[in-house]
Amino acid sequence: MTLVSSPVRRSSRTAWGTAVGVVVVVAAIVFSLAFGSRSVSLGEVFEGLRAFVTGDSAERIGAIAVTERIPRTVLAIVAGAALALSGGVMQAVTRNPIADPGILGVNTGASLFVVCGIAFFGITSVYSYLGLALAGGALAAVVVYVVGSLGAGGATPIKLALAGAAMSAALSSLVSAVMLPRAAAMNDFRFWQVGGTGGATWGSIGAVAPLLLVAAIAVFALAGGMNALALGDEVARGLGVKVGTTRAIAAAAGVILCASVTAVAGPIAFVGLMVPHAVRLVVGPDQRAILPLSALGGAALLCVADTIGRLIGSPGEVEAGIVTAFLGAPVLVAIARRTRMRAL
Amino acid sequence: MTITHSLSAQTLSAGYGSRTIVDGVDLELPPGKISVIVGANACGKSTLLKTLSRLVKPTGGAVLLDGSAIDRIPTKKLATTLGLLPQQPIAPEGIAVADLVGRGRHPHQKMFRAWTAADDEAVADALAATGVAELADRSVDELSGGQRQRVWIAMALAQNTDVLLLDEPTTFLDLAHQVEVLDLLTDLNRSRGTTIAMVLHDINLAARYADHLFAMRAGSLIASGAPQDVVTPTLIDDVFGLDAEVIVDPVSQTPLVVPRGRHHDRSRAPRIGALA
Amino acid sequence: MTAVTSPAATPPVVAIRAGRIRRARRRAIASLVLAALLVVLAAAMLMFGNTFYTPAQVWGVIVGQDVPGASFTVGTLRIPRLIAGVLAGIAFGVAGSTFQTMLRNPLASPDVIGITSGASAAAVFSLVVLHWSAGATTALALLIGIATALAIYLAARGGESTGGRLILIGIGIGAMLNAVVQFLVQRASEWDVSVAMRWLTGSLNGVQPDGLWPLIIGVVVLVPIIVAVSRALRALELGEASATALGVRVAATRVVLIVAAVALACVATASTGPIAFVALLSGPIATRIVGPGAPAIIPAGLVGACLVLGADLIGQFAFDTAFPVGVITGIVGAPYLLFLLIRMSRNGGSS
Repeated sequence: MTLVSSPVRRSSRTAWGTAVGVVVVVAAIVFSLAFGSRSVSLGEVFEGLRAFVTGDSAERIGAIAVTERIPRTVLAIVAGAALALSGGVMQAVTRNPIADPGILGVNTGASLFVVCGIAFFGITSVYSYLGLALAGGALAAVVVYVVGSLGAGGATPIKLALAGAAMSAALSSLVSAVMLPRAAAMNDFRFWQVGGTGGATWGSIGAVAPLLLVAAIAVFALAGGMNALALGDEVARGLGVKVGTTRAIAAAAGVILCASVTAVAGPIAFVGLMVPHAVRLVVGPDQRAILPLSALGGAALLCVADTIGRLIGSPGEVEAGIVTAFLGAPVLVAIARRTRMRAL
Repeated sequence: MTITHSLSAQTLSAGYGSRTIVDGVDLELPPGKISVIVGANACGKSTLLKTLSRLVKPTGGAVLLDGSAIDRIPTKKLATTLGLLPQQPIAPEGIAVADLVGRGRHPHQKMFRAWTAADDEAVADALAATGVAELADRSVDELSGGQRQRVWIAMALAQNTDVLLLDEPTTFLDLAHQVEVLDLLTDLNRSRGTTIAMVLHDINLAARYADHLFAMRAGSLIASGAPQDVVTPTLIDDVFGLDAEVIVDPVSQTPLVVPRGRHHDRSRAPRIGALA
Repeated sequence: MTAVTSPAATPPVVAIRAGRIRRARRRAIASLVLAALLVVLAAAMLMFGNTFYTPAQVWGVIVGQDVPGASFTVGTLRIPRLIAGVLAGIAFGVAGSTFQTMLRNPLASPDVIGITSGASAAAVFSLVVLHWSAGATTALALLIGIATALAIYLAARGGESTGGRLILIGIGIGAMLNAVVQFLVQRASEWDVSVAMRWLTGSLNGVQPDGLWPLIIGVVVLVPIIVAVSRALRALELGEASATALGVRVAATRVVLIVAAVALACVATASTGPIAFVALLSGPIATRIVGPGAPAIIPAGLVGACLVLGADLIGQFAFDTAFPVGVITGIVGAPYLLFLLIRMSRNGGSS
């Protein structure tokens, strides 16, 4: 990994990147509020926002549409940032360029536990979903990582991807097995199959937000330690980093970020894969720059993906998870081509 | 005993994509003799060997077998005359030694015909000649490096070719096994008259075992001849960039390259300054 | 295993021949056992169900007699299901083991690297959106499957060995195509859960007798082609360089084998959906049963058929609800895949 350029140039790039990132996110938000099954003018966007903030009801139909889009836009921002952070953390912690929590099976693990909770224990509260999703996601990720890291070479991208693919296939078969006899009762929860922001409610967002915030803070605090981890365990230890602790906390934060999002929005793959790589191309390998910019990038990406899905699928929608899968596959191809064979 | 075939290259150029690695090489493998191709890393010796065995298509010139271009000869027919042991051959997991050697019979087998007595005999002969007959039923995975290399040579032998090319057959072996393999190849050359050409990275082993040496630098052939004539301090410097003395090996009476280095040269007066 | 007598006593040729025949015999016996198992499972599929029919009754239907009650149930419902299961199992097994041998990697199987996902997406699109016939659906699935394989190959090409990269890229493209299937199936599943299940994990339910012809033709044509070329496959197993040195036309042979294997996988997927893990596991299971040292193409086909029939029987009768075959193979297959991964890691990893 070559350093991009001198430290001074890098930090100015980071500053520029952050500025651009913020602008992009704002643009994405406007895009998301303005477009969908009905396109809305900029004036109506502002009116809708104002109405939302002041609590009045908007007058023009367009503005009403905007107020309805606000929750899902907020969820897209929050979820996108969380997923991108999660991906960046997992890639740093596993030193593996394709470590996306979806590939590690976090999504399907979370889905399985939630579906089982609904089917066998009649669980309905959002907080319980959250707990189940976290437990399931964490368990799946741990098993996948352990299996993928056995033997020579540790957790290489291929072994990890294959272990993850096996786990995902098995767990989704289990999800189908649980849901099949209860198809009627499960109808409301079909979104577990595909990830989307359509079911966004303030309640669910509120339940998840504190957890995401805590995990994000942990991640940013550990960014320096993750830089050291990239150099290898021994070198990191030599630099005074507590390797085991750092890795454990960072991984836990990564899983929390992804599983929480899955609990609320269903499985959305590839955001965590694509965004950190793109960001790294711009600002270089410094996690202190990659992570915040990834959060911004992920927020914008999911917002845009969600909007595209609404535009394409009008009057219905194509769920954001499907759009990101389409965007993500070519990116995965590009990453695989660039990575040296030895690293695979 | 065997008809001696001649394999030669005429103004041969080869490379990958836009890179030319072998540039205008003319050579002829002396039939029935052991030839060794030497040179520094990335000088093109492996690529040359691969082009000679049709693994790589030439970008210029041609490789001729008995005067005909090898790309005109059907590949299966060519495989009955020309054999190759590539650099890092792959053995299917769990395969028995006799079965792996048996794969070498492929060029002689028709599509739907079963194994013939001739196939079994060829395999038995090859195993005996390489001294691995007792290992016939063992799994290749269990063997040591030297044993495994002998099994690969046995497979090439079972192919029953008059010309055998070997790409760095000794690179990953320890010294004892290197000598073992090279002695075996010499046995084969003496007993069967097989023309052998190999790439070796160790110049001293090359000087000892070769009847004929080809020295390469940056894709061109810069010397060709018997080791006594080719291995000189000037050539060693040319080919390897190494300042060395060449003496006569007391055991084999062949040229022996002795590097000078910067710290241990006691043979001359102390020098001041770097070497030219 | 050392020889009982000293090498000097037994002429070497005889010993070689004996060893070779011994190993070939083991492979033959193991294959026969697999075939016998397949017959037993097939019989079970015809006899068991909501109503139990005796072997005599089943045989009667097979030979064309009119057996009251049985003729409809066995003849119209169970026999097509059996044929679909056996042929799809053979197709997936042969396709998977061919891929694994060609790419020298037990994890490089058409269902892992996204080819069956492409065929499935094409099949769903054709049947659910375009409402095309079975024949046209198979043709579209073939087309898209081959296009997917080509795309993956082109994307993975260039530079050093492409095996690992190919798998990675295949997984990514597979995920994308699975998303397409999910999307299409979401639209359809409002009125047909079984349609959803079939195209996501594979199912033998709802197989139409007329719709079987593409599968039958596909298997009958393609499997012999692969078997005919399998001797060259033995050389290809040794790597491109050795195979070329042994006189195999590597490029041409590879193309034939890959196209045939992709076509088999697509034809099967177009009929039954992508039955999870059968293509991946049949080869390794067959190699364990039959012994290492030679490509086990036909045994892999038999293993595949046994897996499909066995899983279908479990899915139908082991639980209160009837589960499609793909759900069972998905649940059972994953631990085996993980075990395979662990074993491979211990032995030094894949390419």
